[in-house]
Amino acid sequence: MKHKSFFWFVLPSSIAMLLFIFFPILSVLLQSVFTEHEQVIKEVRNCGPFGCQTTTSIDQEATAALREAEPLGRFVGLGVYFDRGHLALSEVSQLWRESAGLGAFFDRLLNLPFYKAIAFTLTYTFVVTPLTIVLGFVIAVAVNSAARAIRGPLIFVSLLPFIITPLVGSLVLFWMLDARGIIGSAMQVLADDPDLSVKASTPLMWTMLMVYGVWHSAPFAFIVYYAGLQTVNQDTLEAAMVDGASRWERIRYVVIPHLLPITTFIALIQLMDNFRVFEPIVSFSAQAHATSLSWAIYNDLSGETRQLSSAAATSFLTIIGVAILLSPVIVRTYRDFTRK
Amino acid sequence: MASKAFRKPLPLQALLIFFLVVWVVMAAFPFLWTVWGSFKVEGDFFSKADWANAIFGTRTRAETGDLFTGQGYYGAWVQEEFWRAALNTLIVCAATVMISLTFGTLGAYALSRSTYRYAFWFLIIALIFRAMPPITLVSGYLPVFFDWNLWGHLPTAIIVLVAINQPFTLWMLHSFFNNIPKDLDESAMVDGCTRFQAFRHVIVPVMWPGVITTALFSFLLAYNDFAITALVLSKENQTMVPKIASFLGTTQTKGNVMFAVAAVVSVTAPLFVMIMFFQRQIVSGLTAGAVKG
Repeated sequence: MKHKSFFWFVLPSSIAMLLFIFFPILSVLLQSVFTEHEQVIKEVRNCGPFGCQTTTSIDQEATAALREAEPLGRFVGLGVYFDRGHLALSEVSQLWRESAGLGAFFDRLLNLPFYKAIAFTLTYTFVVTPLTIVLGFVIAVAVNSAARAIRGPLIFVSLLPFIITPLVGSLVLFWMLDARGIIGSAMQVLADDPDLSVKASTPLMWTMLMVYGVWHSAPFAFIVYYAGLQTVNQDTLEAAMVDGASRWERIRYVVIPHLLPITTFIALIQLMDNFRVFEPIVSFSAQAHATSLSWAIYNDLSGETRQLSSAAATSFLTIIGVAILLSPVIVRTYRDFTRK
Repeated sequence: MASKAFRKPLPLQALLIFFLVVWVVMAAFPFLWTVWGSFKVEGDFFSKADWANAIFGTRTRAETGDLFTGQGYYGAWVQEEFWRAALNTLIVCAATVMISLTFGTLGAYALSRSTYRYAFWFLIIALIFRAMPPITLVSGYLPVFFDWNLWGHLPTAIIVLVAINQPFTLWMLHSFFNNIPKDLDESAMVDGCTRFQAFRHVIVPVMWPGVITTALFSFLLAYNDFAITALVLSKENQTMVPKIASFLGTTQTKGNVMFAVAAVVSVTAPLFVMIMFFQRQIVSGLTAGAVKG
């Protein structure tokens, strides 16, 4: 295709991405190194019959004028990144000096909002992703061995948790987990503890958020594996059997190598999606027990005062996290392409 | 199933069937439970006394004299004006799907036909954009939207969703266009068509299966979005999903959690119908990138 026609064909799409993805990244970066102007304080000398007094007050006009003149705020460099709401360098070093052991250090580290968010985000990502893959694979094998006539309805039912709006799906689950809901009361009976409540227990909340995560994304892994199983070479399978391979050996040496690239694909998509975990935390109102990076951004941006520079700093740290997570994949894609 | 190689021993078969039953219950039961419960009063859906009340509607019968009640739906749709949110969702989804597919087909066609290196880099950049959580971009939008008075309006949300949709749309349509033989449009060009005429008269008529599949996923992205619509739209212009989230904040304290339950069922219903009619396309779309590559 000629350069010129390529240019015109990709123009609308490029403009959309340039304006609403690329520039916003720059804007996020810019905002994260500025913070709102402090209020201008003026000193007023009041001289009365009993001598002179100096009082300080906020100069509203001057503050407004300053904010008008420099809408970005004042430059603080990496200040926002290092403050208590983000990397909290001084707090961390203080904790390091004061804490008795590593355990105590990590306990108190997780009280800092950013570390609390990143701890849950990473745990969620690296627990949910492998479980999703395993569960999806088992469902795929099970559906593949079911009678052909019921496979359609089986796939229909399996798709439900994946297609459902995440906020809605997690609400549906959360209502059942409520102390007055069916699963919640079942757990109380099983644990023989009438006060057991997901809302009150941090480990239980983490577990349930991850259960939701696996429930939501297992169908995706299932569908992809199921399609992969349809394309396993039947001749190879039969040949392996003629050669005396057992059932396990056939799976180990024929089916699994065939599904390996598919697993990489699922893992990539799942890492991307699990790292942005957000909606279940809103639905479960889990913020007291678990927060995520996306939730922290949302929390800064919603509400009465929008803390733009704080949100921008968290956003940028999240983008760096995604970049680290995906760098092996990008490198691999590049190698694959250059080899062609 | 004919070959002996694929017959399974009985215990394994039994285990798989058992597992399948468990999974089907796990996948379907929460929805059945919520749909059934949405026609009950709060005292039944969240029952302190006995969980079986939610099934038999003991309190619903006591309070309303009937086994089912539409109170939750009336409260959500009429009292809390959920219909307005539904209308907004309809507008946002329809516009997002149409615009992102128009942009996407043009771009993806060019990407699949270009043999130059920059086409590859274009796709890699799109992949990176696809990997970024959309919510990280919102703090970049807000100051500009406030300054230019763009914040809160439906068109703003639509164009943002279109842009966020682009990387995914491009990747998906790109793989569909790769499957349409190059000879088709090239022979049209030999016959004197320009590149755009070849696209318009030769490619467009044969691209619909891929476009419909991509449209379904674009629709889902717009329909399921919470992060963007919650932060970019004003209260009057809210779509359904942020509206449900706002039910949780305000109406739950008033004891009207059943409004939210009814709204949740209302949001799920269209998705249910969609899977029913387009199951084949959804499955083929999910596997498009994975199995071929």
